[in-house]
Amino acid sequence: MRKMLAAVSRVLSGASQKPASRVLVASRNFANDATFEIKKCDLHRLEEGPPVTTVLTREDGLKYYRMMQTVRRMELKADQLYKQKIIRGFCHLCDGQEACCVGLEAGINPTDHLITAYRAHGFTFTRGLSVREILAELTGRKGGCAKGKGGSMHMYAKNFYGGNGIVGAQVPLGAGIALACKYNGKDEVCLTLYGDGAANQGQIFEAYNMAALWKLPCIFICENNRYGMGTSVERAAASTDYYKRGDFIPGLRVDGMDILCVREATRFAAAYCRSGKGPILMELQTYRYHGHSMSDPGVSYRTREEIQEVRSKSDPIMLLKDRMVNSNLASVEELKVQSLVHGGLKEIDVEVRKEIEDAAQFATADPEPPLEELGYHIYSSDPPFEVRGANQWIKFKSVS
Amino acid sequence: MAAVSGLVRRPLREVSGLLKRRFHWTAPAALQVTVRDAINQGMDEELERDEKVFLLGEEVAQYDGAYKVSRGLWKKYGDKRIIDTPISEMGFAGIAVGAAMAGLRPICEFMTFNFSMQAIDQVINSAAKTYYMSGGLQPVPIVFRGPNGASAGVAAQHSQCFAAWYGHCPGLKVVSPWNSEDAKGLIKSAIRDNNPVVVLENELMYGVPFEFPPEAQSKDFLIPIGKAKIERQGTHITVVSHSRPVGHCLEAAAVLSKEGVECEVINMRTIRPMDMETIEASVMKTNHLVTVEGGWPQFGVGAEICARIMEGPAFNFLDAPAVRVTGADVPMPYAKILEDNSIPQVKDIIFAIKKTLNI
Repeated sequence: MRKMLAAVSRVLSGASQKPASRVLVASRNFANDATFEIKKCDLHRLEEGPPVTTVLTREDGLKYYRMMQTVRRMELKADQLYKQKIIRGFCHLCDGQEACCVGLEAGINPTDHLITAYRAHGFTFTRGLSVREILAELTGRKGGCAKGKGGSMHMYAKNFYGGNGIVGAQVPLGAGIALACKYNGKDEVCLTLYGDGAANQGQIFEAYNMAALWKLPCIFICENNRYGMGTSVERAAASTDYYKRGDFIPGLRVDGMDILCVREATRFAAAYCRSGKGPILMELQTYRYHGHSMSDPGVSYRTREEIQEVRSKSDPIMLLKDRMVNSNLASVEELKVQSLVHGGLKEIDVEVRKEIEDAAQFATADPEPPLEELGYHIYSSDPPFEVRGANQWIKFKSVS
Repeated sequence: MAAVSGLVRRPLREVSGLLKRRFHWTAPAALQVTVRDAINQGMDEELERDEKVFLLGEEVAQYDGAYKVSRGLWKKYGDKRIIDTPISEMGFAGIAVGAAMAGLRPICEFMTFNFSMQAIDQVINSAAKTYYMSGGLQPVPIVFRGPNGASAGVAAQHSQCFAAWYGHCPGLKVVSPWNSEDAKGLIKSAIRDNNPVVVLENELMYGVPFEFPPEAQSKDFLIPIGKAKIERQGTHITVVSHSRPVGHCLEAAAVLSKEGVECEVINMRTIRPMDMETIEASVMKTNHLVTVEGGWPQFGVGAEICARIMEGPAFNFLDAPAVRVTGADVPMPYAKILEDNSIPQVKDIIFAIKKTLNI
């Protein structure tokens, strides 16, 4: 029945993009939801962990798929723009790690808080900024989310505190945001992310200590993609059980390539924090396809075979798609990975591609910030004053 | 004590008219407040005024502050607002900055600014630069305070002056109070400011009492950040200083006054943004300049003042090169004779002034 319907819709969509085909698809009986088994998390100082099954609704599935696909395409577009020298400086891409940013967001509320390090474009999007504003910030234009002042590593949104360039520094910041959550008494939590490389920073242990001492609602999250720049975890850490490194802080080790696993673990961790028990630690095991940054081909310290293996067996988008199609939560046509040949049904991938193209167009065409604004935003809430330029005669006005 | 006697004096004054013939009243003593109490008052008033303000640092709560500056605050405000931290400068400074990003108004105390070096990345990269990097989206309303510079016999690792280091960075405001009025007005302004403010106090000044003018006793007494004060008017030479050395400059001025030399002593109050207008106007009047600071000479506050004087209108009014008086260019030694000669003394200031005036 499915195959016949698929064939019919293909014919119809080939002929014209008319309501008839949409009606045909709409009348297909998709399941409303499906139950999936997810990997059990390794636990540290916890009696119970997140559930091993979860229910995914069609609506959520489509939403997660779209979000992950958007992040993927956005990062690939950034790669392209960087190679064209339209983006310069640092550019750390997160393709491969989409299940982390989308899964974490799925497990919390928009009123919760999140802070991460420099591999931040995915989080910037999931926390609410548009691809347009993100790409325009990467290209250093005035339409960028930080007006071109910050670039790749310094993007901010409501309840999203960047984008931080100094490895590890964001972790005490996150504990501080959690302190504010507790101080304000509104049951909000702060997701404080860092990588496997940063996990060896001393200030993180200082943050663990204070968060546990003061029972701060902080979810420490180690996004372990196996390499800190070019150094594998085995060469950097005496203990690679990052979920245990919080010692007195309970921890879970999560399959970071499975968005449902990430979502359930996040829900579990957030509930733990909200109940006032103090901080908790999550290690997300994930993988980045690109090198550390655009200046790293990413193959001198790992093999192409390894990268290919992860792509073919554990790609987060593929995993979700397969689950959805196999459980009749969606159709391949609906999700479609290849570009549309004959016009017709709106498909998510096509829409996503268009969104990214439009955003890239904007990001390339938007003008750079005006030179007059070089001195702006030194201080907040202050009257305008003068800022010195390269010599004593060059002065810039500084406006808050 | 001063407060109690104030209560008693008013009714007595009213009665004094009747009793004039039989009693000899001296003018009522002005209110004397130590720098420590002034800072304490300032913080207390701001904690009361805005519940988002809180204090964290080592020993600030149950110990009443390593130097007793936060005495009584924990008892009054409790654990939520006055927080003792473990010995983790980088960690708790970062926590304070994060709390400020999330909308609270922390006062982060460093037991001395020497220890702030452990946390300096959080002060500069997380606090100072963030408003700019975010294109104006993310303010950081935080105060970093604590004793700065030389103390007495605490040797090299505990005696460094950080005015030049913090004063170097755009995005920060840096203030350096000298007396009690400065201390109270500046800490209150710093707390109300929506930007990261570094307040460089001085341990040797904490116990020194100063007269507190009536306006300083108000709960809304603020000293604007970025404005210097002329502590003493003069015509022959401009002497610019900040923090404890301001007192030495006034002593030097008193000595020189007897010799007919009138010094104009400027108390900078703020290191960044520096009030060059006041300094320039003064130099254009006196034609001579000496800067005095406790910190090291190379790349110091005085060096910056001299550079800016060269670039501005006041240069043409100088009758002699501008001169700096600074700490000696050595890590602070321990032995008293060595320590005394490693910071500017009154005699060094007088000597520099006389050299500049060629007398």
